[in-house]
Parts: sequence; structure tokens; C-alpha cells
Amino acid sequence: MGEQILKIRHLSKAFGTNIVLKDIDFTVSKGDVTAIIGASGSGKSTLLRCINLLETPTGGEILYHGKNILDHKTNQPQYRSHVGMVFQSFNLFNNMTVLENCVIGQMKVLKKNREDAVKNAMKYLERVGMAPYIKARPRQISGGQKQRVAIARALAMEPEVLLFDEPTSALDPEMVGEVLDVMQNLAKDGMTMLVVTHEMGFAREVSNQVVFMSDGIILEEGTPEEVIGNPRHQETKDFLSRFRNVPNVQ
Amino acid sequence: MGIFQQLISDIGKLLSRYGGAYLNGILNTLLLALSATLIGCLIGFLCGILQTIPYQKNDPFLKRFFLKLIRAIIRIYVEVFRGTPMVLQAVFIYYGLPYFTNSAIRFTSVWAASLLVVSINTGAYMAESVRGGIISIDPGQTEGAKAIGMTHFQTMLHVILPQALRNIMPQIGNNYIINVKDTSVMFIISFTEFFAVHRAAVGATYLYFPSATVEMIGYLCMTLLASFLLRLMEKKMDGKSSYELINQDQLVMTAGTYNYPAGQNVERR
Ligand SMILES: Nc1ncnc2c1ncn2[C@@H]1O[C@H](COP(=O)(O)OP(=O)(O)O)[C@@H](O)[C@H]1O
Ligand SMILES: [Mg+2]
Repeated sequence: MGEQILKIRHLSKAFGTNIVLKDIDFTVSKGDVTAIIGASGSGKSTLLRCINLLETPTGGEILYHGKNILDHKTNQPQYRSHVGMVFQSFNLFNNMTVLENCVIGQMKVLKKNREDAVKNAMKYLERVGMAPYIKARPRQISGGQKQRVAIARALAMEPEVLLFDEPTSALDPEMVGEVLDVMQNLAKDGMTMLVVTHEMGFAREVSNQVVFMSDGIILEEGTPEEVIGNPRHQETKDFLSRFRNVPNVQ
Repeated sequence: MGIFQQLISDIGKLLSRYGGAYLNGILNTLLLALSATLIGCLIGFLCGILQTIPYQKNDPFLKRFFLKLIRAIIRIYVEVFRGTPMVLQAVFIYYGLPYFTNSAIRFTSVWAASLLVVSINTGAYMAESVRGGIISIDPGQTEGAKAIGMTHFQTMLHVILPQALRNIMPQIGNNYIINVKDTSVMFIISFTEFFAVHRAAVGATYLYFPSATVEMIGYLCMTLLASFLLRLMEKKMDGKSSYELINQDQLVMTAGTYNYPAGQNVERR
């Protein structure tokens, strides 16, 4: 694999006395597609939110190209613009059109002029198949379309890593496919991605690294064949058995 | 003569003698209510924004101290001005200032005094509305903005405040309408707004009911016009209820420009 982008070391997070992440260690290299799986409440979202500093970790280090972003000198907004995030609930800006959603960050954060920002936004909106909808507002499009716009919005910032927190969990079943397709294409093009998902088919077919979380720790990690195909821990087996009858994507 | 013809002729009499005064009163009331509502909104937004600056336990002590101090000051401001009658506030400020400064500072115009009192009064109400408007916006909006690298200030300016403003438009309208009516208490510092004209007119003519009729109609016109304009603004802020699909050939021509030619209209709820 390519150069290391993110190295998580001994990361921990507590909300008051509730310890949610304990001693998390793993590495993301360029082009990696890492699937994070695990039961609800095991800390998957918290891990992603710590990685782009939406939550402040209580211990450990997050090295971004070797630099610890948890020290006080880090320019947080600037760091976040390199680490995109796609949320379960889309979080598109309700006061803007589809196009504006993808333009505003480029202009305000990356200080691009409007023309370049629009051109770039269109490039990514076309890529996710949402170019015809640039004039629509979030409330006027479907869940799957919203999520594709959210992906285009994140891509338009040209991040090095893209974090996905259960991107298809809020979607009606018939819309899951269109979003997974977009993500699979991104992976094929070499995008570095960290994906919290319950889509075992996607984890198996698309990712090259699977992390199984349980109660705030990483219980197992490895290739999809290792973790999903041949889990070592009973807990992983139990978790996966609940997905037995879910067919693979495509 | 029928009672209605009587009323009309009385109103005619009033208008021929006091028409200009009524009009001037309407103008003063409108101007005061409008400018005080605008300034009040600015005060309200400033307070609402200052009150919602987030701080965390591990922020520097000074930052936390100042943010807490600001919140306390705004709290007091809101409670004092919401909790006392505006007519008293007017007296308190208009006569209190010269009283305390041995007449070194006094208001040179009742206009300035009235504007000040009504504005800070409106500000106190708007501060709460804006704070409510801000915290009612889905936290996901803030997270979406932060996740693409926007600062707190940018997030507020481009994402949260426009949505908060849209949500509190009805309250702004309410405040304006309340101001149109409640500026009448400014007679206490002899500000000649619409209602003051009534007092002057009936003092000379004893045409109480006809003058009250003129006043009722006048106030209703001012408030109905405001309601109408507000609805219009709300609609504009909501954007079109339908959007145009842009087809691909047109995209090739127009990507990078802002006037995408009209495509097919799509209606969706
Ligand atoms: N803001 C918060 N305050 C307190 N506890 C939280 C907060 N966010 C998450 N938690 C707790 O952290 C644990 C892990 O949550 P989460 O990371 O959302 O799990 P997952 O995404 O794997 O379902 C849960 O027990 C949850 O209650
Ligand atoms: Mg979660």
C-alpha cells in the first residue's frame, strides 16, 4: 500500500465517566478502503468523529502525515477540510441549492473564486449523477439523491481521506444501491475511505481492510477474508451471523 | 340624516382640519416602528450570536470567563427590558439621564429617545427569539459545515443564521406589529405619533368616535401592509417550490456560468 496518511495511536474517548473508546490503534494508507463494522453502540461513530475532531479525544494521538493533530497548534478547520465526512443523516445545508452546497466550502474555506468552484462542483456532481439537480433544494430530492450530493460536497473539497458514517442506514432499501455504487466507483479510482457500515457485501467486496469494534476496542482487524470470511473471535462470528442472509452487492 | 352619513361627515370634518396631522402621525409611527424593529433585530442577532458561542471545559480560562460574563450581561438586559413596561422605560431613560448627570446629558430630540427605548425593548425580545432560532437548527447543519472545514463564524454566517432568520421571520413580524401599536405610549415623552394626533384632535373637536374610527382604520392599514410584505419575503426566502432539471447537453455549454437554461419543470413536495 501507499504512504501512511492517518495513524491512530492509543486513542481513547470518554464522555464523563462513560469510556467509549479504549486504546484504539490502526493505520490508514493512501488508497485504503477500511470498513469499520460492529454492533450499535460499540463506538464506531465516535471513532470517526474523533478522527475529524468533531469530538475531542481524551487520550492518544492521531497522526496525520506524521503530525499529531491533537496538539493545540493544529488549525482544526483546515485539517477538517482535508478529511471529508459523509453522515448518516446527510446534513446538507437546507438553505442552499444542491449546487451551492458543493460551492460554499470551496469558496469560503479553500478561497477559490466562484467560477472555479462551480466548475469543480459540477465535475463531482456529474460523477455522482446529480448534475441535473443543481437547482433543487435538499427538501426537494430523495434520500439517495441527498446522500450523493453530500458525497459530491465532500469530494469538491478534494480531501485526502473520506469518512463515511453509515451512509446508507437512513435510506429506503431501493436507494441503498445507488449510493453504494458511487462509493464503489470512488474506491476503484483510488480514493482513501473509512466506512462505518452494516453492508457486509460492501465491506467484503470493496474494502481491503476490515476493523471489527466491540465495546470501544478493536477486537479484530485484517483483510475482509480474514475478518468476515474467517473470524477468530466468537463475538465477531455472532455479529456476522446476523448478516448471513444478506446477499453481496452486485 | 343616517348614522353612517353622520359618521362620514364627521370624519370628513376631522380630515379636513387634521388630515395632515393624521398623516404625519402615521408617518412618524411607521418610521419609528420600522427603524426600531430593524435596530432591535440587529441587537437581537448580536445578543443571540454572542450567547451561543460554544465553549468547552478545556478552553482557556479567560475565554470561558468572558463568554460566561457576556451571557450573564445579556441575561440581565433581557430580563430587565422584557420585565418592565415600555412606558416606564421611556420615562426612566428620558428623565433619568438629565437627573443623574445634572442635566449635562439630555436628549435633544424625543425622536432619538423614542428610537432608543423602542429599539432596546425590541432587542430584548429578539435576543430570546434569535437564541431560540439558533438552537432550534439541527446540530447536523453545524456538523456538516464543520466537516468541510468552515470556522464557527463562517458556519454561523452562511448556514445557521440564514435558517434561523427564516424561522424567526414570523416573530420579527410580530415585533413590528407590536411596535406599530405600542409606540403610542411614547406620548409620555411627547412624541407625536399617530395616537397622539387623536388626543389632540378630540381635545379640540370632541369627535371621539369618528376620530377613533380613523385611528382604527389607520392602524389596521399599517399592520396589514406589514403582514402582506412579510409573507412575500418569507416566500422569497423559501425559494421556488419546484426546480428545473438541467439536461446534460446544456451542461456542456453552460458549466461554469450561472444562467443555466430552463429545462423541464419538476414538481415535488
Ligand atoms: N455525545 C455523547 N455523550 C455521551 N455519550 C455518547 C455521546 N455520543 C456517543 N455516546 C455513547 O458512546 C457509545 C458509542 O456510541 P457510538 O459511537 O455512536 O456507537 P456506534 O456508532 O458504534 O453505534 C454509546 O454508548 C453512546 O451512548
Ligand atoms: Mg453510529
